[in-house]
Amino acid sequence: MDILGTLGGLVQDSGFAGFFAAGGWKNLIMIAVACVLLYLGIHKKFEPLLLVGIAFGALLTNIPGGGLYHMEMWDAYIYNAPYDAANQICLYNVEEDRAMTEEEYINALLVSAGVEGTEGMTVQEQLTKTLVLIEQGTLQEPELLEKVSFTDVAHHGGLLDILYIGVKAGLYPCLIFIGIGAMTDFGPLIARPSSLLLGAAAQLGVFLAFFVAIMLGFTGQEAGSIGIIGGADGPTAILTTSILAPRLLGPIAIAAYSYMALIPMIQKPLMRALTTEKERKVKMEQARAVSKTEKIVFPIVVAVFVILLIPSTAPLIGCLMFGNLLKETGVTDRLSDTAQNALMNIVTLFLGISVGATTVASRFLSLETIKIVVLGVIAFMFSTVGGLLVGKLMYKLSGGKINPLIGSAGVSAVPMAARVSQDVGREADPNNFLLMHAMGPNVAGVIGSAIAAGFLIKVFGG
Amino acid sequence: MKMPFADAVITAILGYGVVFVGLVLLMCAIILMGKVMTAKKAAPAAASTAAPTPAPRADIPAAPGTAGEVALYDVPDKDAAMLMAIVADKMGKPLNELRFKSIKEVK
Repeated sequence: MDILGTLGGLVQDSGFAGFFAAGGWKNLIMIAVACVLLYLGIHKKFEPLLLVGIAFGALLTNIPGGGLYHMEMWDAYIYNAPYDAANQICLYNVEEDRAMTEEEYINALLVSAGVEGTEGMTVQEQLTKTLVLIEQGTLQEPELLEKVSFTDVAHHGGLLDILYIGVKAGLYPCLIFIGIGAMTDFGPLIARPSSLLLGAAAQLGVFLAFFVAIMLGFTGQEAGSIGIIGGADGPTAILTTSILAPRLLGPIAIAAYSYMALIPMIQKPLMRALTTEKERKVKMEQARAVSKTEKIVFPIVVAVFVILLIPSTAPLIGCLMFGNLLKETGVTDRLSDTAQNALMNIVTLFLGISVGATTVASRFLSLETIKIVVLGVIAFMFSTVGGLLVGKLMYKLSGGKINPLIGSAGVSAVPMAARVSQDVGREADPNNFLLMHAMGPNVAGVIGSAIAAGFLIKVFGG
Repeated sequence: MKMPFADAVITAILGYGVVFVGLVLLMCAIILMGKVMTAKKAAPAAASTAAPTPAPRADIPAAPGTAGEVALYDVPDKDAAMLMAIVADKMGKPLNELRFKSIKEVK
């Protein structure tokens, strides 16, 4: 037995060797980034339920040789391109948005086998070398799939590829929306329907970030996905991105959830800057009591009305209102309980880890990611500003009865944004309780961001 | 495919407008729903006010009041009153049948 040869093979096949291969250092950086995200999730408690999952997914996907997630296979799925399942090569040039040439494919085969200096070789030499490597067993005999289907993913993919099917099929965000619906009390919104105006106004950041993203060179689909970060609604951002620009899913999901955790830091300075002491001190009148019948009829009316208006919102609004109906009927307590707890937890677990898996080093570490992170802040900030400005307008029109601080809660992020309104209100007057008043715009923001997402999907979804 | 500047502006304005129009229409629908519901509720309520109200039951003796005995530590009277009312509501018992010894703010 060739002991040295066996040991050499083991070393070469180990993940450690992967760090020294071309671009391996990027994996090391991504592992460090994943550890920072884990620190933020665990120690700083930044949206830990999702960020810990996303960070661990990022960690797993960037360990060389793990084979849990295959970005190339998903590229082939997205671009409807052929895929070499044996050597894990997508026959599509994603960067240049065109089919891969035969020469590029042979070159990619050699690179995947760790052959260096392919630039100096002629095509014939590359082909000969490829055939030799296949004969030696270093390269696999190509297994070309014309198109990749979910069945192929289940057959050729790793564990995280299989879990990711739930994201790609739009399943997880919708199931999460059932849970959110089951946990949400729309009472404050029903009692004060004008809250919907604040929910609409707070989508300003979505469209402003969309516009800036276009100016920075992103395509319409990509800009729409980046803009929706401003909706401050994780599942909506994930669903929109998985439909419009799946290759940006990792950075967009991380930006969306990180900024949601940073809402107090982003919103409070803007709220103080845009409102006067007098406005912040406004104590709002108790809203009218909402009957049980109203709460039962509400999800049915909203589902029918909004889906008729913008049919592409059907998955999100349908699931949100279904979950809410389960909560309000009073005869489906078991289902409501499952949606709020078991279902929500299971889906959150799968969603976090599979979204994290998309942060493959070779794609995540780019200028594009930095642009997305910056655009995400812009989106959040301008959504807050939009809500506050319409809040101020309502303050004027109501003769000082509406506290403009509740406008910033229109950016979804339930209930964090409403809590921020409460905190800033109490800073001005310790006896000012804005929480319940801010919950109206807050849940209106969920509907508003779903409509914004529906619009972008309709326009750019093809 | 890259998008021209003018198209980007139009899409952004149109998108924001669609969200506004959608939610304004929804607001009208909810207001209408509220009006129908409250009108329905008001009708039986008006009928019931015409009927004589039954005299309060005199056979249940009131429990001794306890509010004066409760010791408050770093808690304003107003907050204490709210807390006691919430506890009574959650337990489904009249406030004057409960005995509160002290309320302390945990810092």
